[in-house]
Amino acid sequence: MRIFSAIMNEVFKLLAEGERLNESQMAEILGLSEKDVDAQLAALQEEGLLLGWIPVLNPSTGSDNIVRGVIEVKVTPERGGGFNRLAQRIARFDEVESCYLMSGAYDLLVVVKQSSLHKVASFVSERLSTIEGIVSTATHFMLRAYKEQGYLIEQVEEEKDRLDVTP
Amino acid sequence: MSEEDPNRFIADHVIGLPRSGIRDFFELVSAMKDVISLGIGEPDFTTPWHIREAAIYSLEKGRTHYTSNLGTIELRREICRYVDEQFGIGYDPKSETIVTVGVSEAMDIALRAIINPGDKVLYQDPCFVSYHPTVTLAHGIGIAIKTEAASAFTIKADAVKEAWEPGCKALIINLPCNPTGGVAERAELEEIARFAIEKDLIVISDEIYAELTYEGEHVSIASLPGMRKRTIFLHGWSKAWAMTGWRIGYACAPAELTEAMMKVHQYSMMCASIIAQDAALEAMKNGADAVQKMKVQYKRRRDLVIRRFHEIGLVCHKPQATFYAFPNIESTGLTSTEFATRLLEEEKVAMVPGTAFGKYGEGFVRCSFATGYDDLIEACNRIERFVKSLDASGSKISENAEVTRLSN
Repeated sequence: MRIFSAIMNEVFKLLAEGERLNESQMAEILGLSEKDVDAQLAALQEEGLLLGWIPVLNPSTGSDNIVRGVIEVKVTPERGGGFNRLAQRIARFDEVESCYLMSGAYDLLVVVKQSSLHKVASFVSERLSTIEGIVSTATHFMLRAYKEQGYLIEQVEEEKDRLDVTP
Repeated sequence: MSEEDPNRFIADHVIGLPRSGIRDFFELVSAMKDVISLGIGEPDFTTPWHIREAAIYSLEKGRTHYTSNLGTIELRREICRYVDEQFGIGYDPKSETIVTVGVSEAMDIALRAIINPGDKVLYQDPCFVSYHPTVTLAHGIGIAIKTEAASAFTIKADAVKEAWEPGCKALIINLPCNPTGGVAERAELEEIARFAIEKDLIVISDEIYAELTYEGEHVSIASLPGMRKRTIFLHGWSKAWAMTGWRIGYACAPAELTEAMMKVHQYSMMCASIIAQDAALEAMKNGADAVQKMKVQYKRRRDLVIRRFHEIGLVCHKPQATFYAFPNIESTGLTSTEFATRLLEEEKVAMVPGTAFGKYGEGFVRCSFATGYDDLIEACNRIERFVKSLDASGSKISENAEVTRLSN
């Protein structure tokens, strides 16, 4: 992995602030040309530092038929490959939103998004637990979200009631 | 004055006190809609949640009583630890620090504790709006020390010497400075310190913006040789920790001076709000990361605003600290007030005329960049349009714009 250049770092930090800025605004803020910003964004993606641009959706609105299952998976690590081969295999399923290797009582944490409970259940029973090397699974269903990727959900909105002019 | 006129009850020195220029401008702005305000002297960030949460917990625990006049000992210990670590000045939490209702109260009790009627007090100009009036309210006489754009609005020792006259007892400094963004320069401070010692001046140093220093070191005059015993150090959480509305600050000074300030504080304020004190304690213990995050954003906004001002052709030094830029608008041929008023009326952008901060603020406006990117970008575009419209109408801006580019 290449070391961040100073400009790349600036672009990255600005992105990470999470404000919705178009490239021309980013260029304006950082004192770069739009072309530069574009090149830096492309470089970030090429280097695999920036994976993509999926919007952060509110899980509790407009998606009544979205079910999220959080699955704890115990696996038998393989000689040579450890957990990687199995984890990568699981991660490839479209149903899987995220997949992490964990410390503690189980090995992999798999987050699955589906349109019904039934579909999550059949993913677990038919796809996941049938893979050789998987010892056991424990599935939890997400009931409600209060914060999604840094964004607060359905809370009293903070008032920005600064006076117009102050000393 | 008729016998019916309530004005007859008002003390002479209060009648004579001018209303803050900020107040006039505020009324003008609040009568208008869709204004982008770059006139706000406080962070746009809300106080970090962990600090607010600590205050809620404090209420839940039933911490609703008076504290010691000096403030809770836990907070005073944290203050002294922090001031020692960050500024290199050692104070005793038991007797050398007092928690106040913001730095404004700290300034007030400091002045009231040391000023006899008629004592002269030197202060930098342009400066925070309250300094001169607070001196007047303490029955002192304020004497302005000119700070200039040419020296990036630091206080020059020569200017202090020039402003000094017999009868001067105190010197107020505010570096980094609201509204100019001027910062302390060690060599100048050392010379000012030598002069203060020579003339036996007491220094009141308001260092509320110290944490928001983007380049260079912040030096406190209290940390220089021989100065601790003649300096009242003022600080608080309003700016760097985004806690303006909590009204909480502090003063540190030798025990005798702290005791004198405590007397004034005791009979007027009793103590600072206990909830604010508990919140400040949390800010001291765990607030550093949040301060750093906000600072990164201010710096980026500063770079944006300064670059845009230069592109527009407004002469503006790059402030090394604070969230204020102080562009020179003389090239437009307008006065500060004309510039600010017309910009407001024609483009709906509010910036405070430099004259609200003192007589040496003429020719400048204060631009607070503690505002989101969207608004900053749009405000700069509007300022550009406004300045160009002046240019087209025959003012002398273009020749000055060349000078700016060269000095960049």
